[in-house]
Amino acid sequence: MTDVYLDEKYIGTIEHPKEFVKSFIEERRKQKLHATLNISYESEFDEVSIFTATGRVRRPLIIVENGKALLTEEHLKKLTSNDMRWQDLLEQGVIEYLDANEEENTLVALTEKDLTKEHTHMEIDAVTILGLITSLVPYANFGQSSRLNRGSKTQKQALGLYASNYLLRMDTDISILQYPQKPIVKTFMHDISKYDKHPSGQNVTIALLSYDGYNMQDALIVNEGSIQRGLARSFYFRPYNADELRYQGGLIDEIGVPDKEVKSYRSEEDYRFLEDDGIVFPEAKVHEDDVLIGKTSPPRFLGEMEEFSIAANTRRESSIAVKHGEHGVVDMVVLTENDEGNKLIQIRLRDLRIPEPGDKFASRYGQKGVIGRIVPQVDMPFTASGIVPDIIFSPHSIPSRMTISHLIEVIGGKVGALGGRQIDGTTFSAESEKDLRIELLQLGFRENGTERMYNGITGEEFKTNIFVGNMYYLKLKHMVANKMHARASGKIQLLTRQPIEGRSAGGGLRLGEMEKDCLVAHGASLLLKERFDSDKTILHICESCGMVAIFDWLKKRASCPKCGANAEVNSVEMSYAFKLLLDELKSLNIYPKINLKNKY
Amino acid sequence: MIDELAKQYEGRIPAPLIEEVKKGAKEVKLSKAQLETVFTRLEDKYKYARIQPGEAIGIVTAESFGEPGTQMTLRTFHFAGVAEVNVTLGLPRLIEIFDARKEPSTPLMIIYLKKPYNKDEKYLEKIIAQIKEIRVQEVLSEISINLLKLHVEYVLNKKRMKELGINEEEAVKSIKDSLKTVEITDKDSRYTATPKNKEGGLPALYTLKEKIKEVKVNGIDGIQDVIPKMENNEIILLASGSNLKETYKIAEVDYTKTITNNIFEVAKNLGIEAARQTIIAEASKVIGEQGLDIDIRHIMFISDLMTLRGEIKGITRSGITEEKESVLARASFETPIKHLINASLIGEVDMLNSVIENVMINQPIPLGTGLPSLVTKLGKETKK
Repeated sequence: MTDVYLDEKYIGTIEHPKEFVKSFIEERRKQKLHATLNISYESEFDEVSIFTATGRVRRPLIIVENGKALLTEEHLKKLTSNDMRWQDLLEQGVIEYLDANEEENTLVALTEKDLTKEHTHMEIDAVTILGLITSLVPYANFGQSSRLNRGSKTQKQALGLYASNYLLRMDTDISILQYPQKPIVKTFMHDISKYDKHPSGQNVTIALLSYDGYNMQDALIVNEGSIQRGLARSFYFRPYNADELRYQGGLIDEIGVPDKEVKSYRSEEDYRFLEDDGIVFPEAKVHEDDVLIGKTSPPRFLGEMEEFSIAANTRRESSIAVKHGEHGVVDMVVLTENDEGNKLIQIRLRDLRIPEPGDKFASRYGQKGVIGRIVPQVDMPFTASGIVPDIIFSPHSIPSRMTISHLIEVIGGKVGALGGRQIDGTTFSAESEKDLRIELLQLGFRENGTERMYNGITGEEFKTNIFVGNMYYLKLKHMVANKMHARASGKIQLLTRQPIEGRSAGGGLRLGEMEKDCLVAHGASLLLKERFDSDKTILHICESCGMVAIFDWLKKRASCPKCGANAEVNSVEMSYAFKLLLDELKSLNIYPKINLKNKY
Repeated sequence: MIDELAKQYEGRIPAPLIEEVKKGAKEVKLSKAQLETVFTRLEDKYKYARIQPGEAIGIVTAESFGEPGTQMTLRTFHFAGVAEVNVTLGLPRLIEIFDARKEPSTPLMIIYLKKPYNKDEKYLEKIIAQIKEIRVQEVLSEISINLLKLHVEYVLNKKRMKELGINEEEAVKSIKDSLKTVEITDKDSRYTATPKNKEGGLPALYTLKEKIKEVKVNGIDGIQDVIPKMENNEIILLASGSNLKETYKIAEVDYTKTITNNIFEVAKNLGIEAARQTIIAEASKVIGEQGLDIDIRHIMFISDLMTLRGEIKGITRSGITEEKESVLARASFETPIKHLINASLIGEVDMLNSVIENVMINQPIPLGTGLPSLVTKLGKETKK
């Protein structure tokens, strides 16, 4: 007896599970059962599962009977002449959708050639084993699978025209590529997804060459001339907003240029971009700490005494200013209301991002790297015909990663650029590399894509031919301008007196446990001490009771609260964190007595 | 001449090195002056190779394990060689060793055999039968419950027992001995087991039946399986399960070579030095298997620390960390409050002599550049 489950709920038992499942599938193919129903028999558990629930991932496959696909040439003809639709194929039982469970019971052939009697289904096309984004990688069948995954992942991080109404939108942390291009080497998915309408990369001339070591370890050399001509320029957008919050007792935030009497008033200069309504004007060039929206809030915590004092009645400054380390141009100002009907101001800041060393780029094959150096065009190597590459890519990035598709795209891109056409690089059915090479030869170039090149600095001819071609490059959203951070001195935490955390707050970079171990291992004793003295303090210790004493800086006199004014008190330098530990021990009823001794 | 020089350097250079020089000097004829140069240079090199005072060997060892440890695959199970013995390897095994767990998750013995037995396969089955734990189940030809008479009937497979070298009488006796509440009668080799207490009814009979199946009739406790393996033209046995003491009692076993991966068992039966060697061997095995390269001296250092007190101590808060002199050092590793409170109860004094305490109070650590210090004795001012 085999158990039957409907949507994971037990409904009964049957005798012959395989026949049962088969009859169900036949009924479904005859449209007697709903097309979204999936049934499968799990022989391991001896269970039949029927699924009708929403949220299952299903995919279409051609049904195969007796080693023959049910989809015939006739169907294809009718489909091309628009006499038939996809829906008709489903209704006629030529194609069906399977979910992950039902797929376990099938044997799917990749191509028509592979079909045998045992097969139950066939892929509509070999590419359908790939997803939408992975289908955007040309010549994927020539690359390593893990690189294909990485390539798909990097495409999602590429800057481009993410939405054509971007000027009207208020997205957080978004960029727009200034001159996006459609790829020379494309796949069928580029057509299907109308990639031409929202491209996210640029076609560049690339040379596989090393350049004074500035492109080692995946770094890229970029031609300064190309950047000046607009390569990989992008706008970075960030919204700032402020709303007039309402508080208890009818108090309300007020948007406007704050009065000078207001508590914690910034300097007058910080408010210089504000217009009379307390909001910046569009196209104002703002820098860090410049106020974008002037705002004051009602005083907090009104105590009984403070109600009568004049100082307490002043409002607090709560303006919205440009974040630490950022700058830009005010792109758009929106005055609107929030859900509660309060006044809401939204401001979009735009920042022009010209490629700089550290910005991240990638091809579509998981070959990502950062700019290592921007070289003036005069110093770039050039080919015999005078072509100067936009990007120099390290050849060492190729062998261990085995991204052959990367190399094929360079050839394909070159043919496409010279022939003035787009190359079809759809996985499994692309234009063959051989054809591309023949075409390249006909176009008057070496068939393997290499060219004679000359050193841009000395003018010497390179001893070997250099692989040059065109390929589609993506600028990724990781830019140094958003990430670089350093600090000498700055804000500290109230409790521990150690530097605060985080780049946006101007915090310190933590030298953690393992970094400490490293210094210990090197025996760099005094360096370690220096690194950890961010919270050093001088403590006054009473010699007789070993506890922290009081030092009166005015009278320059020390006294111990326990042993009196005559106790001998000495000062010791230690980390404030340790003083906190001593305090915590005291709260545990432990008496941490410090015995002082001359060190030498 | 060379012996003279060798004697001179005795104690200054380790003996194996001197021996090596002696051996080398015989092959290449060296003059006295040359030999002297050899020895002086050797001494220099040896001195240079020694750890300098103030070198942070503990941290270096920890880092030497820690860094490659991050690259270790967490794949626990691995079939070692053709003989499919399941051994825990990789990070879990390393943790097991250094934490000094009482029982390894996969105990394993490598049993060597004495001279005639380690070459010929014909002895194998008998030897394995002596080692491998055999339960009644394996020598049963039938077992059933008699519902009418309320007893369990079973027949032993004589042929099988003969093959395994089991005496039938002994087998019957061991069943009797292990089931005290049951009366066993024999009738033409058909045994009936009747519970003395009849109140249990049918369920009791079912459990009795299962109990009989599980009775050990032969072999060594805890050895679940024994697999023979050819290694260097010699038959060795891999036993999953470990029981050194009993295995050594078997006449055919070469007890000079037979080993186990259970460190505590080694310590108990062979002594602490053998346990130290086992730790080294086991840790090296894991590291080698993962394709990592950690200097053997680091492993030796850890093993030394673990066996220093004559008993095995793990690198845990109850192991070697407990032995640290400084309260702050102990508190900085796991369960700080426990250590601080216990220290306060007996009024412990922390002399701040070690590394971690000085990091905590932000003072130079007594290591590397922080170890030496200059002291000037200010004498009385001399008259001009």
